[in-house]
Amino acid sequence: MLAIMETIYVRTNDPEWKRITKFWMTIFGINFAIGVATGIILEFEFGTNWSNYSWFVGDIFGAPLAVEGIMAFFMESTFIAVMFFGWNKVSKRFHLMSTWLTAIGANLSALWILVANAWMQNPVGMKFNPETARNEMQNFWEVLFSPTAINKFLHTVTSSYMLAAIVVIGISSWYLLKNRDILFAKRSIVVASTFGLLFAIITISTGDSSAREMARVQPMKFAAMENHYHGKSFAPLVAFGALTPDPDTTKKQNFVFKIEIPNMLSYMAFLSPNAYVPGIYDFAYGNPEKGIISYQERIDKGKQAINALATYKQAKKENNDSLALASLTTFEANYQHFGYGFANAPEDLIPPVATTFYSFRVMVIFGGLFLVLFIYMFYLSIKNRLEGKKWLYYVAIASIPLVYITSQAGWIVAEVGRQPWVIQNLMTTKAAVSHIETSSVIITFWLFAITFTALLIAEIRIMLKQIKKGPKTEGGH
Amino acid sequence: MFENMSMEFLQGYWWILVSLLAALLVFLMFVQGGQTLLYTIGKNEEQKKLIVNALGRKWEFTFTTLVTFGGAFFASFPLFYSTSFGGAYWVWMAILFAFVIQAVSYEFRSKPNNLFGHKTYEIFLFLNGLLGTILIGTAVGTFFTGSAFSVNKMNLLNLVGESNAISQWEGPAHGLEAVLNFTNVALGLAVFFLSRVLASLYFINNIDHEEIVKSSKKQLLINSVAFLVFFLYFLGAILLKDGFAVNPASKVIYLEPYKYLTNFLAMPIVLAIFLLGVVGVLAGIGLTLFKECTKGIWLSGIGTVLAVFGLLLNVGFNNTAYYPAYNTALAPGSPEAIQFMQSSLTIQNSSSSHYTLTAMSYVSLLIPFVLAYIWYAWKSINNEKLSSKELENEHHTY
Repeated sequence: MLAIMETIYVRTNDPEWKRITKFWMTIFGINFAIGVATGIILEFEFGTNWSNYSWFVGDIFGAPLAVEGIMAFFMESTFIAVMFFGWNKVSKRFHLMSTWLTAIGANLSALWILVANAWMQNPVGMKFNPETARNEMQNFWEVLFSPTAINKFLHTVTSSYMLAAIVVIGISSWYLLKNRDILFAKRSIVVASTFGLLFAIITISTGDSSAREMARVQPMKFAAMENHYHGKSFAPLVAFGALTPDPDTTKKQNFVFKIEIPNMLSYMAFLSPNAYVPGIYDFAYGNPEKGIISYQERIDKGKQAINALATYKQAKKENNDSLALASLTTFEANYQHFGYGFANAPEDLIPPVATTFYSFRVMVIFGGLFLVLFIYMFYLSIKNRLEGKKWLYYVAIASIPLVYITSQAGWIVAEVGRQPWVIQNLMTTKAAVSHIETSSVIITFWLFAITFTALLIAEIRIMLKQIKKGPKTEGGH
Repeated sequence: MFENMSMEFLQGYWWILVSLLAALLVFLMFVQGGQTLLYTIGKNEEQKKLIVNALGRKWEFTFTTLVTFGGAFFASFPLFYSTSFGGAYWVWMAILFAFVIQAVSYEFRSKPNNLFGHKTYEIFLFLNGLLGTILIGTAVGTFFTGSAFSVNKMNLLNLVGESNAISQWEGPAHGLEAVLNFTNVALGLAVFFLSRVLASLYFINNIDHEEIVKSSKKQLLINSVAFLVFFLYFLGAILLKDGFAVNPASKVIYLEPYKYLTNFLAMPIVLAIFLLGVVGVLAGIGLTLFKECTKGIWLSGIGTVLAVFGLLLNVGFNNTAYYPAYNTALAPGSPEAIQFMQSSLTIQNSSSSHYTLTAMSYVSLLIPFVLAYIWYAWKSINNEKLSSKELENEHHTY
């Protein structure tokens, strides 16, 4: 959005647009600092807390992180410096290019980390090497262009654009409410609502394709997200409902109430109203009629694979070729169930249903409301009727915290919904951890929780002050 | 191109790249050194503001290099990442914490309503400078002295025990025990003082303020002496100690007397790089102190890159285990001690697959292009020394 605002400034030469760009750049800078602080934790944590994971899939997972560093981080950090410090030193065009390159760098960085995340949800393009006891990459392009990766990237970045647009609209609405900096606020809303509207459409469409992809590669997550225990054809979608309180996710959770859309779940998952949508119990306990083998069977086969690999390694050590070959054959026959061997009971493999169910609804319902807000704001902007709508300003301001909650709800669906897998079907979260004391992890967790809570408060206070100062004084001094 | 290269070539190529990134990082840690000099050189608010802003335009570059170094090391030698990060947990966590608090400090320090006041963020910057340099230096020291860990990939297949972790770290300190070995600490302190030397040189070259330049020269002298003391101690200690060698045929790890000295002699190019680096560092310092030269940062900076590069090439090549497993609790030479050492990491046994190294090698071809645009962008905004006058007209200051 900054790049668009600055482009308008360069094309129109109107200093008001420069003021607008600079103000939002200040707000961006304050947020960016926290983004940097959280990003580095992720990189360290893969090694410190998930050392088994780092080895087991480091051959595939490390590459996107390295590429991200070389390709994206340097672009972002170099041109962000020109963007912040270059106003009086470089030409207008070079400055504009730097702002665009900062934006491109940030998006490239999102691409690589999301490719890595998508790979954990849908591991493709690799093969297990029994000699090294890890997965090794076979096809870089398959990893990069897997449908999960494409959906994940588009859905996440476009929803982040929505988030940014809501923040801009919310803050601008505060100025309208206070009846100050009217031109600034109106122009910011024009850009943000157009931008938000465009990307909300892409977010919704990629959300739809993500759900279909999930039904295909993570069907348990899909079923949990819908509180869908028994598979059926013509499955309805629960638009909203409340679950009976039951902390034990292994038992079926009924609805206290629900509003259903007939056949919609079948349609959402397989684009056909009569499609059979398997439920949680179909996976957990099997459904021979539909050719679904039970988790218990998969657990047994997984354990067979793990034990066969152990025997294979031992036989190799002892130069027992016939045993090595036999074990390898058993291993390969059961490898697709490898990760299941780390679980002990089918119930271990069911994610927290209620959390996933509610988070999905929070994401979709608020996402829909933001779309309406964008449409209405856009309409009012082009009709120049933005002034005097107090209730709308309050809605827009209230949307700022809500959009963050919505975004987090999306991540909860993605990450809690895939539990207990750290890599779908290959490694459970429990098998991925480092050998460190629980107390160490707890201490570190609280240390970071306290630090980031303090920093969040500091950040909000700084932002509020900069917003109060407004665009006229050009914050930063 | 790369797909036809041998595994050895690719492993060596990536060790060189990772070493080069680490070497660049040590040079760029002048930012950290400068942060520890904020109160020593900055006598009043104006001077402090100049120092923070001079460093503030470079900190992200150091940060990015650190993150890229981490990513590249992870991708090319994942077993190191898995073993060291998961084992030496507290060292890496302390380093991480030091960089987390840095990330917000520049942006938040001078902003009104920042909750803690500017002093707290300055203390954050100081802590980052102090801990970041000493801990990273100490951690790299263990590349020569060893750490007490064991690796057994079969643990992953252990379905009955408590932990599936393939690497285990001995003792509860999880890496912090490295400070008990003075050789490690000496490298940590050498990096700390070197970063202050480089920071002083950077201020002399980049800030247009007479008093700051004067104080920087004083600090340059003091920190150069301290750097030399610890650096020479470290160098002497590693050249004279037994090193961790690997038998290329049997892959057995064993202790070899004067291994690191032998490595230098066996690889004259590496020795030349290292010596040229040391001379460069000293020449930059000498010219600034005695010849009124202001460009010493370039000589000492390039010297730092070369010296660190040379040291890391030494510990990675010529059949050497770059991350040795060594347990001081076991009697040297005992079968247990020898067995323990076999978990040591070499560039051969810890690398990614041929395919991954090949794919990443293609990406690495972008590096010269990246360096070129960094150079161009910086030149375009940094063609004059930073002055208070410039800061007055600046929209974005720290």
